[in-house]
Amino acid sequence: MTAVLELKGATKTFPGVKALNSVDMRVGRNEVVGIIGENGAGKSTLLKVLTGIYRLDEGELLVNGQPQRFRSPRDAFDHGVAMVFQEQSVIPTLTVAENIFLGREGEFLRAGLISKAAMNRAARAELAKVHLDIDPATKCANLGFAQRQMVEIAKALSLDGRIDGDIVILLDEPTSVLEQREVSLLFEIVRELKSRAAIVFISHRLDEVLDVSDRVYVMRDGAVVHETAASEAEITGLHERMVGRQLHHEYYREGRQRAALGEVVLSVRDLGVEGEFDGVSFDLHEGEIVGLAGVVGSGREALARCLAGFQPPDRGSIEIGGKPIQLTRPRNAVRAGFGFVPSERKREGLVAGLSVAENMTLAAGDRFSRLGLIEFGKEHAEADRWIDRLNIRTPSARTPAQSLSGGNQQKVVLSKWRIVGSRIAILDHPTRGIDVGAKEDVYELVRDMADEGIAILLLGDTLEEVIGMSNRILVLRDGSVSGTFEAAVGAKPDQVDLISKMV
Amino acid sequence: MATTVNWRSLAPVFVFALLCVVIALFNPNFLSPSNAVRILAAAAIPLVLVMGATFVILMGSIDLSIEGVVALTAVVTAALVLNDHTSANLGLFAIAFALVAGAAIGFVSGAIHVWLKVPSFMATLGIGFACLGIATAALGGFPVRISDSGFRALTLGRTFGIPHGVWVAFAAVIVAYVIQQRTRLGRWIYAIGTDEVTARQSGVPVERTRILVFTLAGLFCGLAGAMSAAQLGQGHALIASGRLFTTITAVVVGGTALSGGVGSVLNSVIGVLIVIVLTNGMVLMGVPPFVQQGVQGVLIIIAVALALDRRHLDVVK
Repeated sequence: MTAVLELKGATKTFPGVKALNSVDMRVGRNEVVGIIGENGAGKSTLLKVLTGIYRLDEGELLVNGQPQRFRSPRDAFDHGVAMVFQEQSVIPTLTVAENIFLGREGEFLRAGLISKAAMNRAARAELAKVHLDIDPATKCANLGFAQRQMVEIAKALSLDGRIDGDIVILLDEPTSVLEQREVSLLFEIVRELKSRAAIVFISHRLDEVLDVSDRVYVMRDGAVVHETAASEAEITGLHERMVGRQLHHEYYREGRQRAALGEVVLSVRDLGVEGEFDGVSFDLHEGEIVGLAGVVGSGREALARCLAGFQPPDRGSIEIGGKPIQLTRPRNAVRAGFGFVPSERKREGLVAGLSVAENMTLAAGDRFSRLGLIEFGKEHAEADRWIDRLNIRTPSARTPAQSLSGGNQQKVVLSKWRIVGSRIAILDHPTRGIDVGAKEDVYELVRDMADEGIAILLLGDTLEEVIGMSNRILVLRDGSVSGTFEAAVGAKPDQVDLISKMV
Repeated sequence: MATTVNWRSLAPVFVFALLCVVIALFNPNFLSPSNAVRILAAAAIPLVLVMGATFVILMGSIDLSIEGVVALTAVVTAALVLNDHTSANLGLFAIAFALVAGAAIGFVSGAIHVWLKVPSFMATLGIGFACLGIATAALGGFPVRISDSGFRALTLGRTFGIPHGVWVAFAAVIVAYVIQQRTRLGRWIYAIGTDEVTARQSGVPVERTRILVFTLAGLFCGLAGAMSAAQLGQGHALIASGRLFTTITAVVVGGTALSGGVGSVLNSVIGVLIVIVLTNGMVLMGVPPFVQQGVQGVLIIIAVALALDRRHLDVVK
């Protein structure tokens, strides 16, 4: 098989770390290749090399048999390597056609002016390749998320026929924000695209990678550690290769799940937010972990954000320790004892430019100041205590929070609420985007919090996580509770049971 | 596919219509042909200025050098036609020098902004002041008087009853509109103003575009400078005072977002008409000048407040 894309001994070194270590990889014509690996395994460095953001220190990158050293994403694109970005890169104020041919308007110049008719005609042909039946003159702001992604894929495919040789399409976590129906549609299109392009598919979700790929590379610590045909691969086997060790039987620290719980801390009755969820009632006890399960749009994210004070409820009541409270804004929620760990860690959980210590004490009001002036000694002593206690890997409490790894950042967010003394923690995807080892640390910390009597509401990244961590699970569907499952150790519900209530 | 009418984007047109009706009710003279011509004549120079300013603002930047560039190019123009200061007598060719000077100053602003990574408001504020300083120093504070009546016809002469300055402005609007709609530069301005990172990844030459847009804005300022000199028959350092505020107000009132990416030069045409008609109307109604200024100040704040989509704006800086 001819390789469209080939890496030979590709090595990229950063100070102190070999981000890519002699990687050999080939992607053939008419092939979908999956790349999996933990965060930090080298996937993103690999992508950056392929798209011209980084250049290799050693080794070779060949595209259509020609050695290449791309200077920019555009350079890579012009040579047939197109990336569909994880963060969508469609410009909403431009039309679909203008986005597809952005930076390549030259083709449509007539006497120095752009011919919109010619451009729209060409765009229509590209859209047909991805079965997107929309007017190319539509502004992208008016498209849904999945449609915008298709526009990006159409942009990548537009290379077909415009360059010599085959094209390579890199899909980086393309499903992370899609709903199930949209994912199936995307996969159908990817399978169809095989006939036109070589495709590299990168995802955290193993099942998806196996579903759509022909061949899979497993990366760990900057190197390819395993290569297999997708049809012969097995999920647990790949998992082990990714982490390089047996998955703990005790991954979710089930042994530490509390059997005896304390008093009711939070009591929610008939809670509703217009258009999001309605009639939600539940109790949360001291030391209890209640998992919230549901698909995107089921209302579970909205419920979490409502309790965090971002969206005041339209109906129903909330009692904390038997006393009714009004949640009108996040400040009320913090005062009432809620600590919210948002899924958008970098945007809502941390102030990235502030130091670790400053982030930790951000919610603590005036506890670290005297006469209106911050007492740095006291602040740093407290920060150091939590850095030590949660084993946060940071050079010092003064280090900017943004320079920490995802797992350590999450620990900083958790300490913020521990310092405030929150009695109820709302954890919205607390392990999203952090690597397997750090996930275990977070699970350990969540168990510690439960031991100390903190009541926890958990929106898990996976069903497995929700089941493994929770004492009890509420399933939401279309804005109301469709099922409640007890999840005592040894009597955990099955994923299938939960799913049947979710969809 | 059904096109939904975006009422928000049409709001400036309604505001303009409402304004005309209200003023006409107070003073029917407002609707007289001679007043209409007066409004157009007053709008000519602001129209030329907003063309450049709109592009800069669409790109998410701002140009505060307008008054300085207009003043300096007006002085350059006045000194190159028949005048009481120098022995030059270039006639209408002086306009070319004004355009080149304006573009060169715009290029310098853009280059400082892009190459030295100085925020555009700071780069243009500095350049604008420098230009004012040069204009003042060159003349020792005195005006250059133009004695070339042929040159002054650039704004004062009329064709079909409309002052030439208005025709020049009209041409400027058409040129700007074609740039916006039909050239790569126009396309890239929107792309950069909306999402610079994506534009860059798509191969848009972001730096070159930015410098070119500031150069273009300088060119329009140069044209406005020549028009100002022709209109007043002189060139001096204070010839453009008040132009900056009117220009930015007109762009914003017209509906172009200060955050970039949203708007159009046509919006700014409406914006200019709103600002000029309002001023004209206040004059007709006998509103004292200092109150007029206050009204303009309030107007720009109302326009920005109305234009913002607050639901999608959590953080305001």
